[in-house]
Amino acid sequence: MANIIESKNLDTASLLEINFGPQHPSTHGVFRMVIQLEGEKICGLKPVFGYLHRNHEQIAENLPYAAIMPYTDRLDYVNALANNFGYALTIEKLAGLEVPERAEYIRVIMAELARIVNHITVIGFMLNDLGAFFTPLLYAFRERERILDLFEEITGSRLMNNYFRFGGVKRDLTNENLAAIQKIVSKFPAFLKEFEALLTKNEILCMRCQNIGILPAGVATNAGITGPVLRASGVNYDIRKVDGYSIYNRFDFKIPLGEKGDVYDRFYIRVLEIRESLKILDQALSKIPQGEILNKKALPFIKMPRNFKPPVGEAYGRVESPKGELGFYVVSDGTPQPWRYHVRAPSLINLTVLEEMCLGQKIADAIIILGSIDIVLGETDR
Amino acid sequence: MNIPIESVKKELETRLPDVKLRLIRDSILIENPEDLLRVALFLKESPVFLLDYLSSVTGADYLTFLESVYHLYSMAKKQGPVVLRVRVTKNNAKIPSLAPVYRSAELQEREAFDTFGIVYEGHPDPRRLFMWEEFQGYPLRKDYEQEDADILETADIAWLEARGIKIPDEMKEKAKALQAAGQRAVAEKPEKPRN
Amino acid sequence: MAYTKNKSEVDETLRADLAKKGVIWTSLDFLYNWGRRSSIWPMQFGLACCAFEMIAAACARYDIARFGAELFRASPRQADLMIISGTVTKKMAPQVVRLFNQMPEPKYVLTMGACAISGGPFIDGYNVLRGIDRYIPVDVHLPGCPPRPEALLHGLMVLQKKIASQEIQKAAWYQKGLKREFPIPELGPNGLIPKFNPEVWQPAKRNPRKEHYGQTILVGKKQKAPDLELVVAAKSATPGAAA
Repeated sequence: MANIIESKNLDTASLLEINFGPQHPSTHGVFRMVIQLEGEKICGLKPVFGYLHRNHEQIAENLPYAAIMPYTDRLDYVNALANNFGYALTIEKLAGLEVPERAEYIRVIMAELARIVNHITVIGFMLNDLGAFFTPLLYAFRERERILDLFEEITGSRLMNNYFRFGGVKRDLTNENLAAIQKIVSKFPAFLKEFEALLTKNEILCMRCQNIGILPAGVATNAGITGPVLRASGVNYDIRKVDGYSIYNRFDFKIPLGEKGDVYDRFYIRVLEIRESLKILDQALSKIPQGEILNKKALPFIKMPRNFKPPVGEAYGRVESPKGELGFYVVSDGTPQPWRYHVRAPSLINLTVLEEMCLGQKIADAIIILGSIDIVLGETDR
Repeated sequence: MNIPIESVKKELETRLPDVKLRLIRDSILIENPEDLLRVALFLKESPVFLLDYLSSVTGADYLTFLESVYHLYSMAKKQGPVVLRVRVTKNNAKIPSLAPVYRSAELQEREAFDTFGIVYEGHPDPRRLFMWEEFQGYPLRKDYEQEDADILETADIAWLEARGIKIPDEMKEKAKALQAAGQRAVAEKPEKPRN
Repeated sequence: MAYTKNKSEVDETLRADLAKKGVIWTSLDFLYNWGRRSSIWPMQFGLACCAFEMIAAACARYDIARFGAELFRASPRQADLMIISGTVTKKMAPQVVRLFNQMPEPKYVLTMGACAISGGPFIDGYNVLRGIDRYIPVDVHLPGCPPRPEALLHGLMVLQKKIASQEIQKAAWYQKGLKREFPIPELGPNGLIPKFNPEVWQPAKRNPRKEHYGQTILVGKKQKAPDLELVVAAKSATPGAAA
C-alpha cells in the first residue's frame, strides 16, 4: 500500500508486499493483513477487517431483548457462555433485576468452564501455528470434547449455548451434572501436567517464543489492551477482581502476571489461568447452595419475551471474558427493542498493537504473535 | 470502585472553568465538542483520577443529533467508570479525535465513522473499518436504506450482459422501470413505525 | 453436476460365480467413482462458527479420516471439495467465487450451516450474502446452526453417494469446452454487483418471510428518540447488584 511506503520512507526497490489473505491455513478465521517485507523482515503491517461483519448491532435494534441472547453466542464462538454472561449482566443493570444465589454460583461455574475451554483451544492452536502440526491440537480437543459433552447435557447445545437469562439461568444443574463437573476438575490437573512436561521447557518452543513480540506495559494500558495479553506485560488488571461482578469476590484465586510481555509469557499465562479457574471451580462446587435459579420478577418477561420493556436509560456492563474485557453498551427507549446496542470487543482493540509488535520480526513470527493475541473474528467484526 | 460523577464535574469546573458541562444521569455532557481533548487530557493526568484506560468509544444516532460516548477507567487506581458524551448535528458531524491521547480510540473511532459518519479530526488513519472504500452511506443511522438483494438494477444487468450471461425478461423490465422512476431497489420498511 | 443414474448391465449371478473363482468383474464407472469418493480432499475454508465443528470433525473423536477426507489442503489447486462453513459476507463473496474458480475439475461444494445456505440468522444484515448459491452451484446443503460433526459426516456420505452415481461417459468435465468458471462479483456502492447470477440462482416465487413478518428484511422504523435526561423518580432506587 502506497501510504505505508510513503509514511516510512522505505526503499521501494527491495520491498515485497504480500497479502496474508482472508483465506489462510491458520484458523483464526477470515482475517487479512497486508504486510510489507524486506527479505524476511516485516517493515509494515496493516490489518483489514470486515470479512465477517455480520451486522450484529443493526440486527439487534430490531429484535426484542431476549431474542438477542442467541446472537451474543455467535460473537465469540469459541466460548459462548462468557458473552451470554456479559449481556445478561448489562440488561440486569438496566432493568434493576437481582439474581438468586444458586444462579450466581451456576453462572460462575459455567463461565469458568468456558474459560478453560477457550484457553485450552488457544494453546492448542498456538502450538499448531508453531509447526507441531495437529498433535497438541488433538490432545487439546480431546479435553475440550469432555467439557462440551457436559455443556450439551446442561444447556442443550455443544457450542451455541444460549443458557443465561435475565435474572438467572435457564435450567438447573442436577446432582449428576455436579458430579460430572467434579470429575473433570479432578482429572484436569493430570492432563495439564502431561501438557507441561512435553511443552513448557521444550527447546523449540522456548527459542521460537521467547523475546518475540514484546509489548511494554505503558503501551498496553494506553492502547486499551485487556485480558491475558495485558497481564503478560505485567499490569495487574482483572475485571473479576476490580469490579467484583457477580460473586467473584467470595472466591480465593490469584492473578498470574507475566514479566516480559513476549509470546512465551502469553502462552504460559494461559496455562496458569487454567489452574486458577480449576481452583475457583473447586470452591464453587463445594459451596453451591440450594435455591431457585430465576428471579421471580423476571418470570413474566421470560414467558412473554416481547413484553420486556426496561426503563429508559443506558447501561454499560463488562465481564472478564477469556480474551479480555467484553463490554455491552445498551440504550433503552422504553420499547421492546433497544435503541442502541454496541459490543466492546476485546479482539478488535487488542489488534491495535499488532503492527508494533510485529515490526522487525520475521514473517513466520507474525503468525505466532497473532496467535498469542488470541482473536476470534466473530467478535472482531461483529 | 465507582467514582461519584458530581465530584468529577466539580473538579473539572474548578480546574477548567471555561468548559461548559452538564450532567445527564451518570454521565457528563461536554457542550462544545472542541473541549473534548482538554477534558480528556486533564482526566488522564490528574493525580486524583488517573484515568489512563479508555475502554469504549461508541456512536449513537438520536434522530436530531449524533452522539459519541466515551467510557474511561483507571488501571492504576482501579476505579471508574467516568462517562463523557459529545453531541453533534448530522450536517456538521466533526469531533476532535482522542487517538493522540489514547491509542485504544484508533480502531473504535474508525468504526464509529464507518457506521455513523462522525468525522474525527486528527485521527491518524481516517478510513472505513469494516465496509469497503467504495461503500456509500452510513448503515447504523436510522435513515439508512438497505438494498433489496432480490431485484436486479440496471448496473447489474449491464455488468452481466457484458459477460454474456442471459437474464430473463421480467427482471430486465423491472430494472428499467426502477431506473425510469429514479429509485434504488431498497428493502421495504413496515407500514407502522415501532413507537 | 447432474445427478445421473449409474446404469450397469452386469448379471449378478455371473459376477458372484467369477468372484468365487478369483476374477473380479466390475464396471469402469464403479471403480473410478470408488477411487474418487473414498479420498475426497477438502479445502480448509472455515469462515465462522461452523469452522469449529469442522475442525472437531477432523479431530480424533469424530474422525473424518476414516472417510478418506483427512487431508485438508490449504491451496484450492489441490482440493476437490470446498466446505463453506460459516456466514459469507458481501465483502468476502468475491474471494469465495475466485477460490472456486481456481479449483480443478471435478469439484464439489458443500455448504455447511444455515448461514452459507441462505444467510441464516444474519439474513437481515446489510453486509450478509443470503446464500453462496447465488454465485456458484452447490452440491450438498447441510442445515444446522452449527451442524454437529456427525451431521457433517452425514453430508459427506450424501456427497459420496452422489459421486457414486456419476457416469464417466456423461461426465461434464470430460466434455469439450466446459467452462466452470463463474464471474466474480465486484464491490459496489450499496452491495455487490451483480446481486446474483441469474444462470445459477433466481429468487423463488413464494416469499415466506414476507408472508410471516410483512417484510422480507427486518428493518425497523422508530420515530421517537429516547430522552435520556428525563429521570423517572420512582425508578431511581435501582439496587447496585450485578455491578
